[in-house]
Amino acid sequence: MLKALFHILIFPGLFFLFIFGFIAEYVDRKLYARFQNRVGPPWFQPVADFIKLVSKEEVIPEEADVTVFKLMPIFALVASATAILYIPIWSERAVFSFNGDIIVVLYLLTLPTFTYFLGGWYSRSVYSMIGAVRSLTQLFAYEVPLFLCILAAALLADTWSLSEMVKFYSHHPGYWSFNLLGFMVALISLLGKLEKVPFDIPEAETEIVAGSFTEYNGKLLAFFRMSFNIEMVVGASLLAAVFLPFGLNLHPLITFLCYLVQVFFIIA
Amino acid sequence: MHESGDVKIPIGPQHPALKEPESFLISLRGEKITASSVRLGYNHRGIEKACEARSYTQCLYLIERICGICSHSHSTCFAQGVEEVAGIEIPSRAKYMRTLIAELERIHSHLLWLGVAGHEIGFDTLLMYTWRDREVVMDLLATLTGNRVNYGINTIGGVRRDINAKQKEEVLKAMDLLEDRTKYYIDLAQNETTLLKRLKGVGVLSHDDAQKLDAVGPTARASGIERDVRKDDPYAAYAELDFKVISVNTCDVYGRTLVRLGELMESFSLVRQVIAKIPDGPIAVKVLRKIPAGEAVSRYEAPRGEDLHYIRSNGTEKPDRVKVRAPTLANIQSVSKMLEDRYLADMPIVIAAIDPCFSCTDRLVALRDAKSKEKNTVAWETIRLNGIHWHKHRGVDFTSLNKRLLKTFNA
Repeated sequence: MLKALFHILIFPGLFFLFIFGFIAEYVDRKLYARFQNRVGPPWFQPVADFIKLVSKEEVIPEEADVTVFKLMPIFALVASATAILYIPIWSERAVFSFNGDIIVVLYLLTLPTFTYFLGGWYSRSVYSMIGAVRSLTQLFAYEVPLFLCILAAALLADTWSLSEMVKFYSHHPGYWSFNLLGFMVALISLLGKLEKVPFDIPEAETEIVAGSFTEYNGKLLAFFRMSFNIEMVVGASLLAAVFLPFGLNLHPLITFLCYLVQVFFIIA
Repeated sequence: MHESGDVKIPIGPQHPALKEPESFLISLRGEKITASSVRLGYNHRGIEKACEARSYTQCLYLIERICGICSHSHSTCFAQGVEEVAGIEIPSRAKYMRTLIAELERIHSHLLWLGVAGHEIGFDTLLMYTWRDREVVMDLLATLTGNRVNYGINTIGGVRRDINAKQKEEVLKAMDLLEDRTKYYIDLAQNETTLLKRLKGVGVLSHDDAQKLDAVGPTARASGIERDVRKDDPYAAYAELDFKVISVNTCDVYGRTLVRLGELMESFSLVRQVIAKIPDGPIAVKVLRKIPAGEAVSRYEAPRGEDLHYIRSNGTEKPDRVKVRAPTLANIQSVSKMLEDRYLADMPIVIAAIDPCFSCTDRLVALRDAKSKEKNTVAWETIRLNGIHWHKHRGVDFTSLNKRLLKTFNA
């Protein structure tokens, strides 16, 4: 019981994901800035942004559906945070695993996009609605290739469980090379999933302000942004687990370091 | 025009695509634009009216503040008009100085536009790069004139600051650097797939439409119209300098980009020519405060197109009427044409491609009733009192502050 709580709340649950999410956001922003010949934010900027947003007053549009509007950010956060429990990150076994958990992880990672759609749609603002429709359209574009890539790897390992899959690949590293193409495709799909440049049309700032999130502010926006960060970390962990299965049969600590390196490689 | 079944999106008055308040109402079917309309007038500042209550020299500073980017354009245009009314010929060195600042201003404005265009198509890296390079020319303007934006170098009858040998060297060095960078951007514009895909065939304005809608500046030149005041009606030192009018026939946003990039290269060569040819002599002549009665229309090729000022003098030290036609007003009508049948995603770049400067454009026109000949005009003093009253009504009162300020001034 205590152990389960520890897993959910501290490691690899919420606390770890929050911290890692902040670090990932910082790395993402800093690299983006350096590419553009800018200085970039200081290391605490993501945390500062989060604190600022949380402390702000919440304004909900009069026309919006209050329940959906308020629930969606929490759904997004919970869904992306839950997925980490099924992804092996420090050993060959994840916290929980059963035969078929690949489907659950993929499902949980698709949920946030739906919450962006619903949240945007129920904001009842033209900008949010167009952004919402765009993120849904984009969903169909990236989700299929992403699923295909991961399922192809699963077929090769002949299992429906992520942990089993990782075990298979770490014992047969040679098979890794077969998935190289899939890894590339999955990486691009992940960019689409995270609505990062150049797949950021759902929140194209110059036409539709901030897309789905136009009407969001304060805590709710902070949750949405946090769920983006966590999705980034979880998505990267998933790709690392499936496509880069190195060092998982070594000491847990070294494995974890390997995992960090891999995740940062994917984020970058 | 706007049909009831379509989704209507208000772009503006406050919108991230626009840097200044202006309103575009866009009807959408899916992602496609079916109709669009423009509404001007959110930023009327009463500058023309205010000019009538100020002396010519004071007007010059006010006119300079019409636009933050082409400030030198407006002030030169106005000064030229006043000099024409007064019948003054300014010294040759002053003409060259005005040309120098004008071309440096064109460089900074076009680099600014390139960055904005990059941002509007989601190519933020281009924005960061061009604006970094723009700092070079901004610093140059600051060393030459003392200011980064409102240079304050013009005066009626010439210019206020001279250029020395050390500054000349600095200018030439900066030109070499910027020319290098601009060549890189030209290469980028011609070969980068992202840019080509986002710019080619977007915002088409045919040659005939451009003629009919009276487009000016790079917007017209990208539609194959070779219209450039510097060539057609040379002012300042342009008659003595050698340059080409850049025009292309692609009629789209891509063409407008190429025209601006080409003009950058021309500007570098113009600046070098000015530095080489600038004659010695005085930089200004003395002009009497009272300008003799008369009127003049002054034209000037601002970075955004032809700028036009009308000045009427009644023989006192204040102008009787000043009329400013900023280039954006001439170009804004063509935006609706360019947006026809395009996608929403093209809207920001199409609007940005005319390089709009909305605040410079807004004017108020009082219409006279044809039958009763009645008209309503308000004196400047009344507007000022109304303003003070409006703020007082809302709890903002500067009366005591003003009195205190006056006391310190007198003491």
